[in-house]
Amino acid sequence: MELAFYIAAIVAIISTVLAITRLNAVHALLYLIVSLLSVAVVFFVIGAPFIAALEVIIYAGAIMVLFVFVVMMLNLGKAAIDMEKQWQRGSMWVGPSILAAILIAEVAYLVAGPGAAVYGAAAIEPKQVGIVLFGPYLIGVELASMLLLGALVGAYHLGRRTPEKEKRESRNGIGTHASGTAPGGDLVRAGADRPSGSA
Amino acid sequence: MFALGLTGLLVRRNVIFMLMSLEIMLNAAGLAFIVAGARWGQADGQIVFLFILSMAAAEVCVGLALVLQIYRRFKSLDADAVSEMRG
Repeated sequence: MELAFYIAAIVAIISTVLAITRLNAVHALLYLIVSLLSVAVVFFVIGAPFIAALEVIIYAGAIMVLFVFVVMMLNLGKAAIDMEKQWQRGSMWVGPSILAAILIAEVAYLVAGPGAAVYGAAAIEPKQVGIVLFGPYLIGVELASMLLLGALVGAYHLGRRTPEKEKRESRNGIGTHASGTAPGGDLVRAGADRPSGSA
Repeated sequence: MFALGLTGLLVRRNVIFMLMSLEIMLNAAGLAFIVAGARWGQADGQIVFLFILSMAAAEVCVGLALVLQIYRRFKSLDADAVSEMRG
């Protein structure tokens, strides 16, 4: 169990180092997803299965999908097409897949192996977390809901394109692709809905 | 890991990479809370991680919307381009 903890921690550190040193945003995102998954494995080993599931669902699912959306929206034009050709024949997926394979083997060992033994103190069940969350921390839950509402409104306000601003930009010669990125507002809005629903 | 995120935040000048480094730093702080909670057998660490998680989700929403707006204005993701704003 101790060995599993250290393997997951080493994978987390390696993938984080690789994530912040990549030059390409999508490569860095792949390594960042592997890093989040390995942190989730660390949580699982250390006795927090509920938090591990939340980490995978919200961080590696929702937040990373938001990042991927924005990166895909910003990479427009011919340079993006050239880059995509390079990715398809390149071997950039080898590194993340090796690290992810280590994690999968470790999780398979943990699930099929002896089990129940937890590194550190006893495992904290989701029931305990729920009791404490809606007991002394109820005001924190309300504050989190207010924060998510504020983020929703803020993201909607920042992500939309106001007509008069477009007019001003095109008069100044800045907004040259006014029609090309119009669906961007919808994507931001769709992404902004997600975390408030899941948390 | 927190140090790694901080290094990434300071080194990179691309706004997307800065947001990703912020995520790493939040994750490291949450990991520290979980480990402390597991060490003393309390559920409070996991509660705090839940709050960090919701805060990260909100922060990413607003941050990415700002990135889109910056890209539309400046046609660049360089953080130094934005620092020339006046008013």
